[in-house]
Amino acid sequence: MDILFENVSHIYQKNTPFEFKALEEVSFHIPAGSFAAIIGHTGSGKSTLIQHFNGLLKPTSGHIRMGDFNITAEKKVKDIMDLRKRVGVVFQYPEHQLFEETVEKDIQFGPKNFGLSQDKIDSRLPEVLKSVNLPEGLLSRSPFDLSGGQMRRVAIAGVLMMSPDLLVLDEPTAGLDPRGQKEMMDMFSRVHKETQRTTILVTHSMEDALKYADYVFIMNHGKLVMEGTPLEVFQKEEALNQVGLAVPEVIKFLHAFESRFGQSIPFKGQSIQELAKEMTEIVRRGVKDE
Amino acid sequence: MSNSVIIGQYVPGQSLVHRLDPRLKMIMVFLFIIFIFLANSWMSYLVLTLFALLSVVTTRIAPSFVIKGLKPVWFLIIFTFILHLIVTKEGDILFSIWNFDVYSGALWKGLEISLRFFLLILMTTLLTLTTTPISITDAIESLFQPLKRIRFPVHELALMMSISLRFIPTLMQETDKISKAQASRGVDFRTGTIKERLKAVVPLLVPLFVSAFKRAEELAMAMEARGYKGGEGRTKFRELKLKPMDVWIFILFIIVLITFWILRT
Repeated sequence: MDILFENVSHIYQKNTPFEFKALEEVSFHIPAGSFAAIIGHTGSGKSTLIQHFNGLLKPTSGHIRMGDFNITAEKKVKDIMDLRKRVGVVFQYPEHQLFEETVEKDIQFGPKNFGLSQDKIDSRLPEVLKSVNLPEGLLSRSPFDLSGGQMRRVAIAGVLMMSPDLLVLDEPTAGLDPRGQKEMMDMFSRVHKETQRTTILVTHSMEDALKYADYVFIMNHGKLVMEGTPLEVFQKEEALNQVGLAVPEVIKFLHAFESRFGQSIPFKGQSIQELAKEMTEIVRRGVKDE
Repeated sequence: MSNSVIIGQYVPGQSLVHRLDPRLKMIMVFLFIIFIFLANSWMSYLVLTLFALLSVVTTRIAPSFVIKGLKPVWFLIIFTFILHLIVTKEGDILFSIWNFDVYSGALWKGLEISLRFFLLILMTTLLTLTTTPISITDAIESLFQPLKRIRFPVHELALMMSISLRFIPTLMQETDKISKAQASRGVDFRTGTIKERLKAVVPLLVPLFVSAFKRAEELAMAMEARGYKGGEGRTKFRELKLKPMDVWIFILFIIVLITFWILRT
């Protein structure tokens, strides 16, 4: 799904003493099929931004185009249900939205609301369960009996069932242990590659953005302050520090390496092993020269 | 987020009304409400209305904002007024519309009741607009202190109140969050028959209750971990002390009430 934001602003409780500008003149374009990351501090406007993707919020001013859907301040969004069907949003702590008696019912809740036929639901279920790594044996259990991580997978399964064109993830790894975080992100990366859908990841983690995203947006105080490929953005250490963000550990380490040994290693997404090899070579060469 | 209802919403400020001792403020509002129902002449109403308007001006909150906040009760005020016009049959017939007689007594009564309503809501709204919920609770705890003699659980009641007040915004946020999450899953809260809409509330209420219970448990645990064991021997961080200014304002208020009493017929 092609996404275009043009001068989008959002003001909460306009014309009251509590007026708050959450978004200011935000413009960007996310081409269909890409994996974009939106990074920013708490209160930078990320959460407000993602609520515009499926029409939960309308901009106070500006224009949004989501595929064929237009969202503006004045007009009611046509076929909002259709938009919400095609934009799947996984909110922060999605396990808080579970309510049905069984896991199966909860996973089917969204698809049923959007009018998917029972046949289609049944045929899609095993595949979705596999991709979120939930055993079928859990289907008849109450979602409240599951562990936190499993509950989150159930909620995500409910979103994936709709096979949306755009998948929006709001800090999907918050509160998981490091291993759970990696599994979760690998799963989203796999789903993204398999289905060629557009994915938007909202995150604090520079590491995740660097590893998974093709394009990165940095937000600060409701404004879009930087954008580019992860490699471009994460080279600008000073600018990032100014908005209270740090560059990923790998890049920090490479910078430290450069200042220590006077040799720079350009980062092109190498794995830790590959980098280690390059470094040993540089260091060995250095020793030989002396 | 609700944009129009401001009853119970504190607007930060530094005005005289904001800084007034919350106990005095509550006593004044309470007395004022009683006196509204004792008013019986144009002049006495005038005194009360002037006092109320003066209070609004002193808060330095934009009057338009206060008026907007009264929006939900405008309907009630107008409704009672019209009801009086229709039902009351006292005094002379003023005029008739389609065989329907409007009596002067009805007009007077309707105006009277609407004005009482308006003043009552206005003053209580001003109280909550200028006083943080926490100081209201402090004030209640302090005012009810004498009831402790008859073993009335004043402290526990005040604690319950402050906890509920503290969690109203949290629950509102939670409701907002969950209703948005469910709306993204295709729940439609706005259209459909009454039955459908009632059904749409279930996905909202269940998660809300689950999280409320969880929160209650966590709070109880956190309080115990910090050694809470009831009000016995507990000192206060925010102590209420009367300032000279409070006394002066209260004296002024009493003078207003005396004037009011004289002007009653």
